[in-house]
Amino acid sequence: MILNKSLDSFGNYCMFMWRSIGVPEKWKVFFRRYMDEMAKLGIDSIPLILIVSLFIGSLCTILIKLNINNPLLPRYTVGLTTREIILLEFSSSILCLILSGKIGSNIASEIGTMRVTEQIDAIDIMGINSANFLVMPKVLGLITIMPFLVTICMATSLFGGYLICVLTSIVDPKTYIFGIQTMFIEWYVWFALIKSLFFAFIISSISSYYGYTVQGGSIEVGKASTNAVVMSNIMILVVDVILTKLMLQ
Amino acid sequence: MIEVKGVEKSFDDVGGRRQVLFGINATFYDGKTNLIIGQSGSGKTVLVKNIVGLFRPDVGQILYDGRDITMMDRKQLKELRKEIGMLFQGSALFDSETVLGNVMFPLMMFSSMSQDEQRERAQFCIDRVNLTGSENKYPSELSGGMQKRAAIARAISLNPKYLFCDEPNSGLDPTTSIVIDELLSDITHEFGITTIINTHDMNSVMGIGENIVFINKGHVGWIGNKDEIYNQDNDDLNNFVYATDLFRDVRRYRLVHGYQKSKQQTADS
Repeated sequence: MILNKSLDSFGNYCMFMWRSIGVPEKWKVFFRRYMDEMAKLGIDSIPLILIVSLFIGSLCTILIKLNINNPLLPRYTVGLTTREIILLEFSSSILCLILSGKIGSNIASEIGTMRVTEQIDAIDIMGINSANFLVMPKVLGLITIMPFLVTICMATSLFGGYLICVLTSIVDPKTYIFGIQTMFIEWYVWFALIKSLFFAFIISSISSYYGYTVQGGSIEVGKASTNAVVMSNIMILVVDVILTKLMLQ
Repeated sequence: MIEVKGVEKSFDDVGGRRQVLFGINATFYDGKTNLIIGQSGSGKTVLVKNIVGLFRPDVGQILYDGRDITMMDRKQLKELRKEIGMLFQGSALFDSETVLGNVMFPLMMFSSMSQDEQRERAQFCIDRVNLTGSENKYPSELSGGMQKRAAIARAISLNPKYLFCDEPNSGLDPTTSIVIDELLSDITHEFGITTIINTHDMNSVMGIGENIVFINKGHVGWIGNKDEIYNQDNDDLNNFVYATDLFRDVRRYRLVHGYQKSKQQTADS
């Protein structure tokens, strides 16, 4: 029963995405919406990213320092480990889990409200492919802006670690800087950026699907927002495991 | 002119298929206010959604000036929809756009007009529905009647050949309802549009019903106009039309008045 329902939902999601892909009705309108979505979904999330990254970077540094108090390990290990955690997991996966709460619920509730107030029907009646018109700019906008958000997150998190070193002297700031430069593997940065593209697609498309298929009223819109966030989070984690296995091993 | 021929529609339900429309035959004329009336749940909204192409009928034809919408592919349907304007029950204005933005939206998507021409055309439509001065207001800043008028302005912005209105008077007070009815009637006659209004508001029926199709339990129960509706003997329609004391009194008055008049005429002769 649950398997049937899941397969049914997955099939509907694929059909929905197939409908969403296509040449826009008018490029000028599409481009304007694309820019708007990048600003709304991406630029507006920067304050949240800065705050979260700064604190997570600081926390990572403190916790690593506490847990590797071994004289056999060099002091720069704190910076090195903080960098690896941030590049490999936090800046892409954890950030996207956090953003799925903000962006995913925003997309699902916006499209869901348009559905229940017949605005999507109005677009369809005009002869416009509503799925394409509404979803494409969001998906492409988020995919475009996400690598920049991840880059900001990386820089801010590492800066957060540095800041805690300067403010509390748990590690000498110079040693921390040395640590984050030691044994640097460039591929890890690309790995995080590539992962973020997949996660951006997951967040925007799943949330759009849940919003687009809402039936009922405001309660259903709320449920759709919650389901969109939950499903996006699950899919991000599943895809994270698969990509990590494929790209790092 | 829109012709509906033998349309049937059913949906999946808990206990199997549930048929909503049974062999609907009706004609909707150019330059007339065509009304589809019936009780809630009678199938009139399903019929309108079939006509518009939001649903595909199981059986039957829907002809737009001879073009069968049920046989159209996506591209043809898209072209036809450019000739259709629709007024939704809840107005369905885009929340993020102003009145001007809403009215300009179809022009922006489908016309080859310049920005200034689009603005000029949108302003004409806004003036036509008496919303001058509200161009820069958002839908949330408008009253229910103003929202309907803005939605009408958007619906007529591309000069549609066919205009559909789903419950245009729902949620409006009687005075505003009359204003909306008269506006729809005027626009229909002025531009020669085939207007189809889905309603159960008897004031609209008596006021602007030039061609009325009564849907009862998924069947066409009666076809006529606002003058004929008083003199028909269809029990289902009478139960629907004279559901309120007011309309029962009107009918009683008309019958008595008509009876006295005919009696006087007989005596005179």
